[in-house]
Amino acid sequence: MKPARRHEFHRPNRALQLYAVFFMVLLYGPILFIPLFSFSAGLYIRFPIESFTLDWYGRLIGERPVLRALENSLRVGVSVAVVSTCLGVFAAKALVRYRVPGKGPILGFILLPLVVPPIIFGVAMLLMVNALNIPLSLYTIAAGHIIICLPFSIAILMPRFEGYDAAMEEAAADLGENGWWVFWRVTVPIIMPGIVASLLLTFTVSFDEFVMAFFLGGTDLTLPLYIWGQLRIPRNFPVVLALGTLILLFSFALVFLGLRIGRRGAIKLVDRG
Amino acid sequence: MAVIQSPDSLTVMDGRRNTSFRRRLAARFDTLRGVLMLLPTLVILGVTVAVPFLLMSAMSLWEQVGFGYGDGWSLGNYAEIAGEPLYTTLLLRSLAMAMAATLMTVVLVYPMAYFLAFHVHRNKLVWLIIITLPFWTSYLLRVFAWRVVLGYEGVINSGLLELGLIDAPLDFLLYSRSAVIITLAHAWAAFALLPIYVSLEKIDKSLLEASADLGEGPVMRFFRVILPLSMPGVIAGTFLMFIPTVGDYVTPALVGGPDAQMIGNLIALQFGTVNNWPMGAALAITMILAITLVGLMFLALSRLLSRWAR
Repeated sequence: MKPARRHEFHRPNRALQLYAVFFMVLLYGPILFIPLFSFSAGLYIRFPIESFTLDWYGRLIGERPVLRALENSLRVGVSVAVVSTCLGVFAAKALVRYRVPGKGPILGFILLPLVVPPIIFGVAMLLMVNALNIPLSLYTIAAGHIIICLPFSIAILMPRFEGYDAAMEEAAADLGENGWWVFWRVTVPIIMPGIVASLLLTFTVSFDEFVMAFFLGGTDLTLPLYIWGQLRIPRNFPVVLALGTLILLFSFALVFLGLRIGRRGAIKLVDRG
Repeated sequence: MAVIQSPDSLTVMDGRRNTSFRRRLAARFDTLRGVLMLLPTLVILGVTVAVPFLLMSAMSLWEQVGFGYGDGWSLGNYAEIAGEPLYTTLLLRSLAMAMAATLMTVVLVYPMAYFLAFHVHRNKLVWLIIITLPFWTSYLLRVFAWRVVLGYEGVINSGLLELGLIDAPLDFLLYSRSAVIITLAHAWAAFALLPIYVSLEKIDKSLLEASADLGEGPVMRFFRVILPLSMPGVIAGTFLMFIPTVGDYVTPALVGGPDAQMIGNLIALQFGTVNNWPMGAALAITMILAITLVGLMFLALSRLLSRWAR
């Protein structure tokens, strides 16, 4: 067979490649200054960096409030990830598999927090929590985070349900498994990658979330709230940079893993948006 | 739905009615199960989103009197927002700054999306992951990074001083509107990039070959084939970025000076030091209405332009 005629748009484009490099530098450059300066011995964030040190990291370990905030963030993050993923599994299955009336508007309502400024949800929930005399705590923060995390969870899980054959569940049911066992032994293993991705991504989103926590938090601080408090004190910037470096490293690793495992979901997300 | 006539349903009338009844029952049951599975999510979102929103709408019609609320309903807060230049200025400024950031991002992001869609053939997924990675992680830290870069003694100033290019730090970098716009553009770029990428990726490559075969040069091909076909993505990206950035308040708080504050900061103030919650609620509602209005105008404009272009 004759090879297809090659058009010039199949060839690499030097200018675009250069632009891609420029774009990546612009995207990652500013973020990378946080780890860079976290190793600088100077108290001020500025060039030239005279000497490097690990002191700020050492300082961090002895810092009681940081450890408390870390513990709080982990607790909120894990609960939010588990709750929103559980809800997400059922909601995604219902939206893909069952004839639910008003599917479009329901999906739109669930995905709303992806677009609407979080300050709206934070303020509105603060009003309600206050009207019901519920004290602000880690629980109210977690409730706020569930609103933000549910859309991610559902958007990651929906393609998983679209991607597999319902006949497998039917076969298991025909072979005498009841609904509950079909779910645990057939459905869950098939959508497992989606579940893991949803857990990882919703955990990270909650772990790093600031706006909802700002409005709904009480005296117990999460890590972003702690950092916010420290930003008023320039003297503490180096320690914040060290903490920020660790948080970024941790978050990047989790998100990379989650996106790798969840693959199609993350990209399809925008397709729906 | 087409009814498939099975052999026995042709012969036995009664059985046929029976199967259609069973099918309808199964459909009902199907719907019921679906609704039951959605119910927990809907109840939770109802309690945490819908009810609070109604409460906020109601509270925006109250009035703060001392430490309590006045009796009855009034549009006083809205009248104050419309009459007080401070509020209208902040609202218009927020819309303008979000628009500037969105425009800047769409222009910067389009070539990158184009590169991903047409020039990356291997490891596309890895590329996409690397580009979207920062947007999943700490917003606060990404904004703080710009403070490190733009600060009075920050990366740019101290770097330029070190190189001997300037004698004194440039003081307009941080705490300015441009600082807020740049930071917003950087922080939300993925929201504009992904929809544009998806719409470019969807373009049938044979259309490009056809236009080349018909003698169209690369520039004309871009403007007459690629750009029009990617317009839905550009419009979606514009919305996805514009809407949340109008209400942002972390960025102006961290890198914006007094004349770069946005409506989000004012709302946060009402719930903080100013302690006028009804006014905060009214401002939040006003912001939503303003965003909706601008969005509708943008949509109408893009419809008009696409009709004119045809």
